Amino acid sequence: MAPLLQSSQPWVEKYRPRRVKDVAHQDEVVRVLTNTLETTNCPHMLFYGPPGTGKTTTALAIAHQLYGPELYKSRVLELNASDERGINVVRTKIKNFAAVAVGSGHQGGYGYPCPPFKIIILDEADSMTEDAQNALRRTMETYSKVTRFFFICNYISRIIEPLASRCAKFRFKPLSEEIMSTRVLHICNEEGLNLDSEALSTLSSISQGDLRRAITFLQGAARLFGSSISSKDLISVSGVVPQEVVGDLLASCKSGSFDSANKQVNNVIAEGYPVSQILSQLFDLVVESDDVSDEQKARICRKLGESDKCLVDGADEYLQLLDACSCMIKAFCNMPEGYSN
Amino acid sequence: MLWVDKYRPKSLDKVLVHEDVAQNLKKLVTEQDCPHLLFYGPSGSGKKTLIMALLRQMFGASAEKVKVENKTWKVDAGSRTIDLELTTLSSSHHVELNPSDAGFQDRYIVQEIIKEMAKNRPIDVKGKKGFKVLVLNEVDKLSREAQHSLRRTMEKYSASCRLILCCDSSSKVTEAVRSRCLNVRISAPKEDQIVKVLEFIGKKEGLQLPPGFAARIAEKSGRSLRRAILSFETCRVQQYPFTNNQVIPPMDWEEYVSEIAADIMKEQSPKRLFQVRGKLYELLVNCIPPEVILKRLLHELLKKLDSELKHEVCHWAAYYEHSMRLGQKAIFHIEAFVAKFMSIYKGFLIATFG
Ligand SMILES: Nc1ncnc2c1ncn2[C@@H]1O[C@H](COP(=O)(O)OP(=O)(O)OP(=O)(O)O)[C@@H](O)[C@H]1O
Ligand SMILES: [Mg+2]
Repeated sequence: MAPLLQSSQPWVEKYRPRRVKDVAHQDEVVRVLTNTLETTNCPHMLFYGPPGTGKTTTALAIAHQLYGPELYKSRVLELNASDERGINVVRTKIKNFAAVAVGSGHQGGYGYPCPPFKIIILDEADSMTEDAQNALRRTMETYSKVTRFFFICNYISRIIEPLASRCAKFRFKPLSEEIMSTRVLHICNEEGLNLDSEALSTLSSISQGDLRRAITFLQGAARLFGSSISSKDLISVSGVVPQEVVGDLLASCKSGSFDSANKQVNNVIAEGYPVSQILSQLFDLVVESDDVSDEQKARICRKLGESDKCLVDGADEYLQLLDACSCMIKAFCNMPEGYSN
Repeated sequence: MLWVDKYRPKSLDKVLVHEDVAQNLKKLVTEQDCPHLLFYGPSGSGKKTLIMALLRQMFGASAEKVKVENKTWKVDAGSRTIDLELTTLSSSHHVELNPSDAGFQDRYIVQEIIKEMAKNRPIDVKGKKGFKVLVLNEVDKLSREAQHSLRRTMEKYSASCRLILCCDSSSKVTEAVRSRCLNVRISAPKEDQIVKVLEFIGKKEGLQLPPGFAARIAEKSGRSLRRAILSFETCRVQQYPFTNNQVIPPMDWEEYVSEIAADIMKEQSPKRLFQVRGKLYELLVNCIPPEVILKRLLHELLKKLDSELKHEVCHWAAYYEHSMRLGQKAIFHIEAFVAKFMSIYKGFLIATFG
């Protein structure tokens, strides 16, 4: 049974580090946690950072290393966004778990450190309501002797201050090209793949510091193109927006014609390119343009920011992109800003 | 059976558009460890067809033996129990559902039902294909909470379950979910590809197509294959043999929107606004999505305007669509846009003609 289970896992899971020391790049956390393994003591922790940088991996790894497979179930409670985490659950489930005291000392450690406290991992904590977070404050205090909380989130601003201030905070940075390459090469080695250096650097630039994405691209490319993978292959699986598309859009805005910009926008939508991605590539192009004045740049960047926010709110992609383009046209033609009310 | 269904290609080898994507998908599922997939692209571009063909590629003909079920789940939502009703389409290997149908309760669908489905590994007599596939439609319509709830499920049960997500607008899928999938972009087919499909259907049905006829339908379809096939079939019903000057019938609701646009251009007054409201309601009760109405209305208005006004009008359309997204009642926001347009246009007329 076991081997079958293994082989049906996608690579991201197959190559999830099992030990803290295998977590790439996040040195600071790794140092603190390795220390924990020796001293068997640690503070409450808060891990934050963008997707695919190793937050969940690290939390699970430390828990496994502290307790081993036997005690893991009774000592570690993992609650993530796939569990109901309203106030009620926080009040009852966490309390019930935390309230059962653990015997002190290293009884039945099976060779694991087994510190005398339990760990509660609250993954994806930024999706918890503020009320639920508030309910946690008391719980944390009451059981602070016997439990450690690990909060994990993408946006630290969504964690209420009283909780955040009780934790040691660790920012998980997007992985640098070098680190990512090391990990990717390790996987290539295991899977018998060939990647030249150009492909390697392409892979880290298209995945923008997200190692999970890089691994998925790699697996996709391996299935489609066999064991020798070029930079072009990676680009084609990743679905990044080709630079010409964004260039054409910008050129039509510079030409000053609303209708031609509208046509380009319609084309972008029909091709199915993600507008959020288009906006960020437009931003790069505009900022780097030599023939655009600072004032024009400022005007455009502000609008791109606004449109991006609207997209996050769920606004329509076509309308937002068209509005952004219209604003760019006006900026390029130095037409006055603002609209009548 | 409608032609759109009758001529839906069953296997990845038979697709007439997106052949390259289809071939890639085929290679992708040769091994058991394929990543989760996120299909995105405009509506009518053929995502669903590819997904169904992919399932067939993975599981063979048994993936087509589907049954539709309408089930009610009792879900424990903290302090109370709620009933969730959901329609699923399932075979022995996959389950397809529309979690966003549950509206603001979609989170519970993901937390309770989808997680449960993902956990249970299907038992297969041959010991092969030890995983199942969950197809989730319209994930872009899922609330943020519901999307977050998917995250760990996608990781934890990845040995027993693969997710295929499908959406129109990938900007609305959170980055964390996108990071967990191989993203597959399905572009709207180009006009010549649509022509190819129409000609194929014409041949199968034994129809004579006058030269340029298919091209005219393709042009009117706005690059939606579904729409092109539907209007092809309508043409067939309305008049056969086809003639070169035969009208390609527009959609009823689009006609209606273009009437509204004409109304607004003709007169800008509270009375007219009131009349327009009635028509907008008419569209909404016929289940035309409000953002689709707004976009179409903008499209019609832009056709008739000076370029200076175009900037302003498209800005307000974007503005009111955004506020509609944050609000509850679509009619308020569409109507606000109409009123705004009237005031801008009236101002323009006065400034120009006195
Ligand atoms: N620092 C890292 N070292 C090694 N592998 C990593 C690292 N970061 C990510 N990975 C790879 O990416 C996958 C996802 O990582 P993980 O689940 O820890 O991300 P996360 O930070 O929790 O992201 P999210 O915010 O989306 O939940 C892992 O299975 C692993 O394969
Ligand atoms: Mg995580």
